[in-house]
Amino acid sequence: MTTHIAEVAFNPWQEIIGHQQQSGLDKQFGATATFIGSMRDFNDNTDVSHMVLEHYPEMTQRYLDKLEAEANQRWDLLDTLIIHRVGAINPADPIVLIACWSAHRRAALDACSWLIEELKHHAPFWKKETRQDGDRWVEQNTDGF
Amino acid sequence: MSIQVKFFASLREKIGISDAEINNVPTAGDAWDIATNNAERPVNVLVAINLEYAQFDSPINEGDEVAFFPPVTGG
Repeated sequence: MTTHIAEVAFNPWQEIIGHQQQSGLDKQFGATATFIGSMRDFNDNTDVSHMVLEHYPEMTQRYLDKLEAEANQRWDLLDTLIIHRVGAINPADPIVLIACWSAHRRAALDACSWLIEELKHHAPFWKKETRQDGDRWVEQNTDGF
Repeated sequence: MSIQVKFFASLREKIGISDAEINNVPTAGDAWDIATNNAERPVNVLVAINLEYAQFDSPINEGDEVAFFPPVTGG
């Protein structure tokens, strides 16, 4: 179980492979579900050149740890990894990675889906976008559908 | 001892301060009033006490940290 706030760009695929190799999962897992959220170069039909992600550091870390612990209680998971960026972010940069390992697919898929929704609705991060017409705080997340 | 008050993101810019130290008051809402000099409270402001979500009428105690922030937009 690992949560990490990343202040610099990260490669989610390398993180998944690295975590899997170091986690001692060996050959127990039959399912790996992942969610990777990246920055779009548009929002609300407007070009976005870059963004800054602010957070409430102590509460963010505590909240991610709490979410991870709850997911591991609710589902029969073998391991989890959550990484979230803060700071200056460019289009196509990964913002969030959630990976869940389990013996069978349902636990990993359901936990991964639950984790990203909980994170987006409650973890104290805020996006400030830079557009042609200036900077703008994102006031609410899209519904994602 | 006192209360530490923090503001984040758009709310910090709107209020014009990032943090304040105030004398003890009964509730988180009272902390808002004192720290912001009775600024009008946007309807969607969220509050946390000691890093846990709380309500504006939640009691606070000396040494607590109270944070106010807008709806979150991570992920």
